[in-house]
Parts: sequence; structure tokens; C-alpha cells
Amino acid sequence: MYRYLLRRFAFILLTLFLASLIIFTATQFLPGDVAQIILGQFATETAVENLREELGLNRPLHIQYLNWAGGFIRGDWGTSLVSRTPVRPIVLERLGNSAMLAVMALLIYVPLGIVLGVIAALKRDKLPDQLISGVSMAFVGLPEFVSGLLLIAFLAIGLTWFPANSSINPDTTFREAFPYLVLPAITVSLTGLGYITRMTRSGTIDVLRMDYVRAADLKGLPAWQVLIRHVLRNSLLPTVTVVAMGIGWLLGGLIVTETVYGYPGLGRLIVYGIQRQDLPLIQASSMIIVAIYTFSNLVADILYGLLNPRIRVGE
Amino acid sequence: MEDGKNMIRQAGVSSLSKLQPAFRRLLRYPMTLIGFAIVFFFIFIAIFGPALVPYQYTEQNLPNKLQPPSEEYIFGTDQFGRDIFSRVIVGSRDVLMVAGSGTVMAVFFGMLLGLVSGYRGGWLDEVIMRLMDVILSIPPLLLAMVILFSLGPSRLNVIIVVGFLYIPMVARVVRSVVLDLKTRQFVEAARLRGEGRFYILFREILPNIMPHLAVEASMRFSYSIFLVASLGFLGLGVQPPSPDWGLMVGEARTWFYQARWVLFFPAGAIALLVVGVGFMSDGLRRMLLPGGVSNE
Amino acid sequence: MNEQTPVLDVEDMTVTYRTEKGPLDTVRKVNFKICAGEIYGLVGESGSGKTTLAHAVVRYLPANGFLRSGRILLSGTDLMSLSKMEMREIWGSRISMVHQDPSSSINPAIQIGEQIAEVARAHLGFSRKEARVKAIEMLNKVHMPDPEAVARRYAHQLSGGMLQRVLIATALTTNPELLIMDEPTTALDVTTEAVILDLIKDLMEEYNTAVLYITHNLGVVARISNQVGVLYAGEIMEEGSIAQVFKNKLHPYTRGLLGCVPRVDANKKDVSLKAIPGYIPRPDNLPRGCIFAPRCELVEKACTVERPPLAKAEEGHLTACRRFEELKKIGDVVADTRAGGTKEDKLGNLVLEARNIKKYFTAAGGLSAFWQRGRSVIKAVDDISIRMRRSFTMGIVGESGCGKTTLARCLIGLEEATSGEIELEGELLPYSVAKRPPEILKKMQMVFQNPDASLNPQHPAGSSVARPLILLRNLSRKEVGDKVKELFQAVNLPEEFIERLPHELSGGEKQRVAIARAFAADPALMICDEPISSLDVSVQASLMNLLVDLQESRETSYLFISHDLAAVRHLSDWIAVVYLGRLWEIGSAEDVFVPPYHPYTEALLSAIPIPDPDVKQETIRLKGSVPSTMDIPSGCRFHTRCPRKIGAICEQQEPPWQQHGNYHQIRCHIPIEELLEKQGEGLLKKMPVEGVIN
Repeated sequence: MYRYLLRRFAFILLTLFLASLIIFTATQFLPGDVAQIILGQFATETAVENLREELGLNRPLHIQYLNWAGGFIRGDWGTSLVSRTPVRPIVLERLGNSAMLAVMALLIYVPLGIVLGVIAALKRDKLPDQLISGVSMAFVGLPEFVSGLLLIAFLAIGLTWFPANSSINPDTTFREAFPYLVLPAITVSLTGLGYITRMTRSGTIDVLRMDYVRAADLKGLPAWQVLIRHVLRNSLLPTVTVVAMGIGWLLGGLIVTETVYGYPGLGRLIVYGIQRQDLPLIQASSMIIVAIYTFSNLVADILYGLLNPRIRVGE
Repeated sequence: MEDGKNMIRQAGVSSLSKLQPAFRRLLRYPMTLIGFAIVFFFIFIAIFGPALVPYQYTEQNLPNKLQPPSEEYIFGTDQFGRDIFSRVIVGSRDVLMVAGSGTVMAVFFGMLLGLVSGYRGGWLDEVIMRLMDVILSIPPLLLAMVILFSLGPSRLNVIIVVGFLYIPMVARVVRSVVLDLKTRQFVEAARLRGEGRFYILFREILPNIMPHLAVEASMRFSYSIFLVASLGFLGLGVQPPSPDWGLMVGEARTWFYQARWVLFFPAGAIALLVVGVGFMSDGLRRMLLPGGVSNE
Repeated sequence: MNEQTPVLDVEDMTVTYRTEKGPLDTVRKVNFKICAGEIYGLVGESGSGKTTLAHAVVRYLPANGFLRSGRILLSGTDLMSLSKMEMREIWGSRISMVHQDPSSSINPAIQIGEQIAEVARAHLGFSRKEARVKAIEMLNKVHMPDPEAVARRYAHQLSGGMLQRVLIATALTTNPELLIMDEPTTALDVTTEAVILDLIKDLMEEYNTAVLYITHNLGVVARISNQVGVLYAGEIMEEGSIAQVFKNKLHPYTRGLLGCVPRVDANKKDVSLKAIPGYIPRPDNLPRGCIFAPRCELVEKACTVERPPLAKAEEGHLTACRRFEELKKIGDVVADTRAGGTKEDKLGNLVLEARNIKKYFTAAGGLSAFWQRGRSVIKAVDDISIRMRRSFTMGIVGESGCGKTTLARCLIGLEEATSGEIELEGELLPYSVAKRPPEILKKMQMVFQNPDASLNPQHPAGSSVARPLILLRNLSRKEVGDKVKELFQAVNLPEEFIERLPHELSGGEKQRVAIARAFAADPALMICDEPISSLDVSVQASLMNLLVDLQESRETSYLFISHDLAAVRHLSDWIAVVYLGRLWEIGSAEDVFVPPYHPYTEALLSAIPIPDPDVKQETIRLKGSVPSTMDIPSGCRFHTRCPRKIGAICEQQEPPWQQHGNYHQIRCHIPIEELLEKQGEGLLKKMPVEGVIN
């Protein structure tokens, strides 16, 4: 187990390294010169040249990368080209907002998805299953801006139950923010719901076919006990993994939702950064998302190992 | 391979005789039929629609901007007075083309990588799969945004990005099936009679992967539509004045309160297509992989 | 025999499945009774409906199955009148069930002890603590070593035999009236099977439980049960006490089944097996008269008109054959003398010589193999040498995990040997099949164990057979077509099967295609890795006959690997006994089956289930299971389980090869003379000779 964790950890470092390379390289191909962009079209040659020198843009690429990566690790995430303020506080504040939204969405879609998945598995191939699996497959593929805008149209504009725009102040408390969170959370949940439902369904169907479930039935245990202790205990293992991975996945999936609702989270920050070509902002927020994503995968693996005696106890 | 033609004929026979029970299963699931109907409907529109639309999709008519649906403009007009009906119809070709090509690319390269990785094994497998893991450990939309940001948004680039992003998932599925198949005894029997690698990969293993690949492709297609539409919506995908549905929804957000139809029809088209592909994909899985539910 | 009320009384039970083609009666009008302390053996081939019957008795049928008629009484309680909830009360308390595969019947995520304890809690009203104590007590009952530790373990940490003990312990926790066992030993090794059968027998006497014991194995039934019912296509054909059914055999089907089982005292040179022609009828296509009539040798017109009822033939003995009176007179039709007479025993040319073959695996694969090199080495095959001659069969026996399959795969090149030399007709071979030229590939072919995985599901049977002809024999297109037809004929398959896909063939037919494919190359040596193990007895018999015939006409040598000692005895000229990657005894088949034996061979032989209640085998049982190949015992590798261990020498020194006669070698510290003395006339002494004509 420890060896396994060590290996996983080494792999995460490798992933982060390669991902940082991808992000750094991708942001180098920017059409136009960064210094020029900062200073605008009418800046003098020398001013641009001075800024290039100041930003280290004249140095070879690998040096630039090392400087950037080193700075990132030390906590120096650069200065926003647009607002001319350090990137780190902005990113962290937005991250907090995104986390708030993510937690709320998780609380909605995980329990619901498990219940629906188990129902579908128990009613396999009958109408409830066909409905649940078909619809969940559709929701997995439904872009958040479509479901989001439809929700706004019905629940916010039609019924005026919730505000249509969630552009709260970045430092609002959870209590104040709550009504603004509901619609975005439901929107993200729809996609997540599909994942969880499908995972739970397939996992549960697999387990229901197992001999030990038949054995538990024929031991005369109460049906609920068979379902919970013998079936779900095994069938939810893959679901647990998906939930843990979902934390990272959510942060990526929030990009569209936050844009739809104008919610000040990390996703919207990246879109904003891209629109303004604010390199340090893009780099820092992308790296943070990748890091969270990778670590949530690690958490998923560890959880899986802890819950599965085959891995925990070993041969 | 002098019996090549014979083999192909026989392979045809085999897939047909296998499809018959599959088709019977299909009829048992009404949702699947609905899914296929929707998908074929959109394919039909994409092929014949653009020739039949009442207006050019770029044809501006500023005096008639933001008209509600009427006899003249069935779906109304947008902020430039363009006919939304025509744009949605022509846009269907765009969505299917871009998402479809991306899917084909992902499935093709994913299949190759999965085959090689699974069959060859060893260090090459390890290297390929770790690379795939790295790509998978970046949220797809984020990666797509960052790449398109540097490549510049264009239809071709969107196709390339979509194709690239979904290679790892296809490769993983194919690899796991290959790993299972290559230890099967019919593959060993082929090795014992001295069949070459290509024969084993493409004649012994590949036909048995096809059902998995078909299901995987339909799921990737659904994801590709998702990604293409989302990129369009964020303004990072196909650029105006293209009638990309995601882009249309993105642009329409400004006029949401005055003219809901500008947004409703393209969004509805996406939703309908996605639901159709979803049902179809779920049905394909039930038809082609009746036993295996676990390889999601 | 017993006058008390039977524990289980099944009357006129018909089980029906709703299918697309309409309702199908898979089990029809079955009657039987089981009394307390009685073990009722229900024998049937696959498709006979035996598992359906078992599940119908406990009313645990799938959603589309139901009981169309009949009554099931459990000590007077009519189970048909109970609700689902009431049935759950009965399951686990009054009726327990043990299934085939112990490793999948135990929940992998729950501790062993807890899985026994939950039964005690549910039915005996025990508290958590009491239930725990009960669980350990039950583990003790099934002679589980170190029960307290085992109670805390998980399924993947125990061997198959131990898991089956756990299931038996679980089933007996509530001291049920009826215990249903569905092939409980089929997934186990023959040595473990013997131990478990002894355990079941002892416990049933102690608990006085009524047992319904379902199996396909006639030998197991003969060993364990008092009463036996022979099930065929959903109907009982013959029923009676073990002695009556096995000795008098008043139904041709019973006779047929017994004739299919190879004898341990004769081989292919003396007798050929009597296979039952045809197939078991499907429930949607039953013959009008006797359901066995189409396959019966004694069929006459009247048999096909009306279905004969199960009628009394003698006291306590029922048969569904109209002509049982004649059967009594006909006597045994079981064994056939071989038409060609005995083959001359001259040594042919050397085909294969393998010297000092070793195959070591490292536990990890992929990149991690680099930094784990040298750690945890599995010695699957550790220094084995064998020689094979033309038209000659070498049988390899041993428990699962002893390395017999790995050895075969090394020889044929599917695994690369770690060291050693493989010489085929005088030519030294590369280890890997990929490096062997077509001329060599042509000489060595293989038939695999699992017929379902052995043919490509997408290729028609004919093209599977055609490929080796094209690749290895360079035949023209037309010649290939003719040759394929010829090969199908040789394996007794009709020509129209050439176009069929594997899923349209039965298991036995698939295996015939696989044999045809292996013979297409016209090999000098054929490796058969458990080619018949997954098939029904009657199919096994016909395949064994086919292999014998092909060997005779083509002078092929076989390396025949099997855990079924009777089959090995039947087919082999020579037998090699393998344990933990090494040879312990090698000799002619006749020599290996009589003393002196290596103690391991002795244990294997004493475990064979022989379908003849008259044969009294010595009971030599091995302790525990095969040690891990990562941690091989010192000295003689068998000392940890050897019932004849003589002392420290066994633990310290590698035993020497000892010669007995010309071709019989045993690797043991005990001198040959002493072995002979201890083992007396051998294990299979009272073997009756009727029906065997030498």
C-alpha cells in the first residue's frame, strides 16, 4: 500500500510537470508580443524592449519556463497584465467561490445519483431503467449553457424563484450567497448526476450478478440487509472514485456554468483571462485547476484502496 | 493472403448473423429507437437542409431584426435580422461535421494507440498509457481552451483539439479489451501457426473490438458535441458569422430578455441532438454489449 | 428404508420458464424424498435442469421461472403456500445452500467470521458477540486451522478448499433440516475434493441433516450419497440406492454415463470408451416417447410412442425404462474391447526432448519489473526434463498451480522458458514461438482447455481450420477447401459446420473444430492442455475416443495434461507426476498406477472419485493446499504435506531419483522396497474385472 502510494505520488509530480509544460508552451504561441499587448499599439520601440527585458522575455524559453515554474512553486504566481496586481490573491479568492459552488453541487447530485443508479440497476432493462439511463446519458452530454439557460428561462425569469444572475461580490459569505448558488449548482449537478447514475447502475448490476449476493439471499438475510451490506458495499466502490474525481472534474466543468450565471469563480476568471490575453492569470489558474484535479484523483485512488480489502490487506 | 476475399465475405456473413438478434434487442428498447430516429433526423437535415432553407444563413436584414417567430420567419430573426430557422438548419451540418470529424479522429488514433499499447505491452504500453493519463488529468474543456487560445480558433483547430482530447479515453477502452483478447486461446492458436502481428491485430483481435468501439464512438460523439458547443458558447470555437449552435446561444445571451427565441431554438436543437445521441449510445451498449456493463 | 416423515418431499414438480418462444418446462413431474441423515445424490449433465431443480425447491427462481405444478413439503410445511417474506425466514434457517464456486460465493469486502455470524444473528437471535463466538465454533467444526485468525480474514486470503469449508460452516450454523449442495467440489482440486467430501460425510452424520447433493460427477455420487437420482433433460430416469443404481443400472442412460467414464485399471489399448451418441434434447423440442429414445441403443418402436413413467423395478429402485427386465439380463454393455487389439509396444523415434526446463516469473510486470527485479520470483517450472516418442502419449498430472500448464506453454513457445533445452526431432528450438520458423511450428500444435475462447467468435469454423493449411502447408486454394472438408470428416463433424460461427456450435463441437485446426498442420507432437475438462462426461468420452483414433491413424504424439487421473490413465502410455514445478515420478501408465508410488502420487490416486461403490480406496488425505511457488519448501518440496514423511532428511535434502524396473522412476527418500512394503497391493485393489476383456 505504501509503495503504491509512493508510486502514485511520483506519477502526480510527473503529471504536474508535463501539464505545466503543456500550459506554458500553449501560452507561448500567443499571436502578438506580450510586451506590445501590455503597452498598447502606440508604445515606443524602446519602451517595449525595456519591458521585454524586465519580464524576461528575451531569455531562452527553457529559462523562462524554469523561472515561471520556480516562481509558481514558491508562491510567486506573477502579476496580472490587465489589473497590474498580483495574481495569487485573485485566484485564491475565486477558488474559494468555486469550491462553495462545487460543494453545493456535490451535495445535490451524489445522493440523488446513487439512488437513481440503484433503482435503475434493480429494475434493469425495464422502463424505469431505460428512462433513467437514457436521460442520464443525455444529461451527461447536455452542455451546461443549454441546461443553465433553460433553467434561467423557467425558474428565474418565468417563475422568479431564483435570481438569474449570480454575479455576487467576491467576498460574500455563504449565507448571503446561497440563493445565488442554487441555479448554478443545479446546472452543474445535471451533468454530474448523469455520471454518478451510470456508474452506480453499472457497478450495482455487476455486483447483483455475483454468487455472493445469491448466497446472501439464501442465507435468509432481510432483503434490505442484502442490498446494503452485500450489494452496495461492493457496488459503490467505483462510485466513490467518481465522486472524489468529481471534485476536480467539477472545477473544470464550472467554466461554462460560471460564465452563464456570471458567477465570480475560477472558471470565469480563466475565460476572462483568455479574452484579455492575460498570460499570468491563465497560467496560474490553469495550474491550480490541474493540481486540484490530479490530487482529487489521488484521493479517489486512496479511498478506493482503503475501502477495498483486496488492496488494503494485500495477498 | 489468397483467401482474403473469401474471408471478407465470411466476415460479412458473421456480422450480419450477429446483428439479427441485436436488432431484435433494439426493438425491445423504445428509448433507443427514439434516439436513432433523432440522430437520423439531424443527419437528414444536415445533408438536405441547407439546400432547402428559405434564406441564406448570412443574409442580414437589419430592419427585421429580433422579429418573433412568424410565417415569414418560422423561428424568428436575430440581432442582425438573419433568419434563425435557416441558421439552425445550416448549423446542424456544422455541428455534425465538426463533432463528427473530431470523434472519427479520436476513435481512429485512440484505436491505434490502444491496439499497439495493449498488444505490444511492456515499456511502450507503460509510456503510452502514462501519457494518456497526463492528458486525462487536465480537465478537457480547460485544455481545449488553452490549446485553442494558442492555435487560434478555427473550425479545423476545433476538430483537431476535440480529436486530440478524446484519444486517451478511446485508447484506454480499446487497450483493456485487447488485454483481455490477446490472452484468449484463439490468438495463441494464431501465434502457433505463425501468423504475423498485423494479421493477429487486424483479423483476429480487431473484429472482436468492434462492438466496444461502436459504443465508445457513440459516447465520444456525445462528448464531442458537448465540447464543440461549449467552446462555441465561450467564443473560443468556430467564429462568427458561422451558424454554430453554441456560438448562436452565446451571442444571443445579450438579447435574452427581449427576444427569447433567438436563444431558444439553437439551444433546443443542441438539447434535442444531445438527447438523441445519448439514447442512441445507451441503446447501442444494450444491443452490442448485452453482457458487459462494466466498461463505462 | 426409512419410515419417518421425509425432510424433503417433492411431488410432481414442474418448473417452467417464460421465454420468447413461449413457456418451456425445463423440469417435468419430478418426485423424490429425502429423509434426515440421508444424502441424496442428483446426477445430471449440463442442460439436465439440476440447478433449476435445486433453485425451484427453495423457490429461488429467476423472474421468468415459476413452478407450474407440484408440491414441495419441508417436514410437512408446504413451501408453495408461503409468501416471499416467509421463504426468507426459511432460507438459512431450515434450508441452507452451498454453491459451486466458493471463491465467488463469499463477499470479498466482508470478513469471513462476520459472514458466518450474520446468519446466527438473523435466525438465532444472537447478539453480535454471541454470533462471533458461534462463527468461530463453526469454523472449528469444519476443521479450519486457526479459526480465530481466519474469522478476521477476507475471501482473497484463503484457498478454494478453505473457502468451501467456510461455506459449509455457514450453512450448518443454524443446524438446518435440509442442506442443498450444488456441485460443491467441482471447482476444487481432486485432493481437496476428497478432503471436503470426507468432511461433508462426517458432518452430515453428526448433524443428521438431509442433503440434496447435486453433481455431474458419478464418482463423487458413489462416494458420498446413499440414494441417487439420475436426471436427464429435466426428468428423473432412474432412482434407487447407490448399490442398486451403480450395480444393476436399470436405465440405458445410466449405463451410458458409466460407460463414458474411463477406468483407472485399463487404458486405450484395452478398451475404448462407449460414448452416448447425439445430444440432450432441448425442452422446446422433446421427443414424443421416451426422452432418451433417440440416443438409446435398445430403442424399439414402442419406446417412441409413449413416454414411460418412472416405475418400480425392484424394491426401492425406480427406472423410466420400459425394457428394464431385459436390461437385467443383458448385463454390462459398458466397456468395449478395442477393435484393433493391443498395439505393439515398441519404442518409436524420439520426437521431443526437453532438458532442464525452468520458467521463473517475476511478480510484477511493466516498467516496475525493472526496479523489482530479483524480488519475489515465482518458480513455476523448476528443472523438468522429459522425452517423447512417436505415436505415444505422455500424461502429466498434478494439482492446479503445480506448473503443468506452464511447462506445456514453454515447450510450445507461448511462454519463453528461462533456461533449458528443447529439442524437436533433433533440432534445438528457440524459446519463443515468434522465433520459430514455419517448419517447426508445423510440427507442434496445441489444443486448449476452454472451447469458448479457443475459436475466434468472428471467424467461421472452416476458416479457423483453413489458416494453418495456408500458412504451414502452402496448399493451393482448392486443396485447402478439400483438406478442410477432410479434416471436418476426421473429427466427425458434418460438412455444413464449415460455414458456422462458434456461437452456433456446442462446447464439444467447438473442441472438435479446435482439434481439426491443430491437426491441420499435421503435427508430430500435439499438446493437449485439459482439452476435455470443461465438457460433459458423455462428450468427454467421444473426444477421448477421437483423440485415440487420430493418434492411431496419424502417429501423432500427445502431451496430455489433466487433473483427471482416470482420463490420463486412459489415454497415456507414460505418466509424469508434477508437484511445485518438479517431477516426482515418471513411468509407464501401468507402473504409475500400481505400487510402489511416490507418496504424492499415492495421495492423488486415493482421491480419485471412482464411480463404483464396490471399490474401497485407501483414504490418504493431504493436509492443506499447495504451498506458494514464491516460497518453496526446502529439501523435498512435498515434505510439508507428505503423509509418509520419514524425518529431518525430508526437510533438508533433495530426494534422489530411484529406479524401479526398466522405466519407472520415483524421487523419494524412502527406499523402493520400503514403499512397496508400506503400500501393499495398492489403492485400487478390489477392482472388479467384469466387462474388461484383455
